[in-house]
Amino acid sequence: MDQKTYSQLEQKMSPKVPLAGNLIRAFLTGGLICAIGQGIMYFYMYFFDFTEKTAGNPTVATLIFIVMLLTGFGKYKKIAQFGGAGSAVPVTGFGNAMISSAIEHRTEGYVLGVGGNMFKLAGSVIVFGVFAAFVVALIKTILVKFGVVGW
Amino acid sequence: MISSFILAFIVGGLICVIGQLLFDVANLTPGHTLSILVVAGAVLDGLGLYEPLIDFAGAGATVPITSFGNSLTHGALREAEEHGIIGVITGMFEVTSSGISAAILFGFIASLIFRSKGRP
Repeated sequence: MDQKTYSQLEQKMSPKVPLAGNLIRAFLTGGLICAIGQGIMYFYMYFFDFTEKTAGNPTVATLIFIVMLLTGFGKYKKIAQFGGAGSAVPVTGFGNAMISSAIEHRTEGYVLGVGGNMFKLAGSVIVFGVFAAFVVALIKTILVKFGVVGW
Repeated sequence: MISSFILAFIVGGLICVIGQLLFDVANLTPGHTLSILVVAGAVLDGLGLYEPLIDFAGAGATVPITSFGNSLTHGALREAEEHGIIGVITGMFEVTSSGISAAILFGFIASLIFRSKGRP
């Protein structure tokens, strides 16, 4: 059996991904997390003096705090099994990736285990985010310098 | 007020649907998917399209990981406006610091109080 027939066979044998169901579950889970975020945002806007523009920062921090508890008690894994991308795409997924690797590598010690592995999964997001932001901001700054676009 | 919850739900949900499509249809790993979304957020802010989305959807736009790319670009652009090219590098984490510092802080606290279950 060559590689082509094998991959055909593999495709036939492997269970079909229930795409529509996955999409609906991702939509519901992600939407719910964002709606909770909206609630936290209103909390910061009414009880502290944050504006609509600045309330996003404490909201993200609060969500990550909630995720710490959920990850520590092993509940976020269940949400992730149900929601798929709905739990991974919000900032809670980023927090979960960092927190779970911190907990998991604790046995290797705090410096090499926790400190060294915390960014193992989440690091790529930061690296590509920073690099993309650098390129985009550089292009825009140069374009503004030549007067092509405004800020 | 109710409508802003609904808008956050719908827009946030749709961004997650894009993520799920990248998972299932494009067969990408979560790492690749999240990286693509972050880059997309950075590019959208460069085009000036992400801020209107935040105004429209509130937490529906600030909670998904795309907002991370948006705020990285945003900080860089804000500094660049004042200090020119140098600001692109120095301003990068100005806006987005809360997500990363919260994740580092709570990750470390979690490693102090929780033990991993299941795996040895």
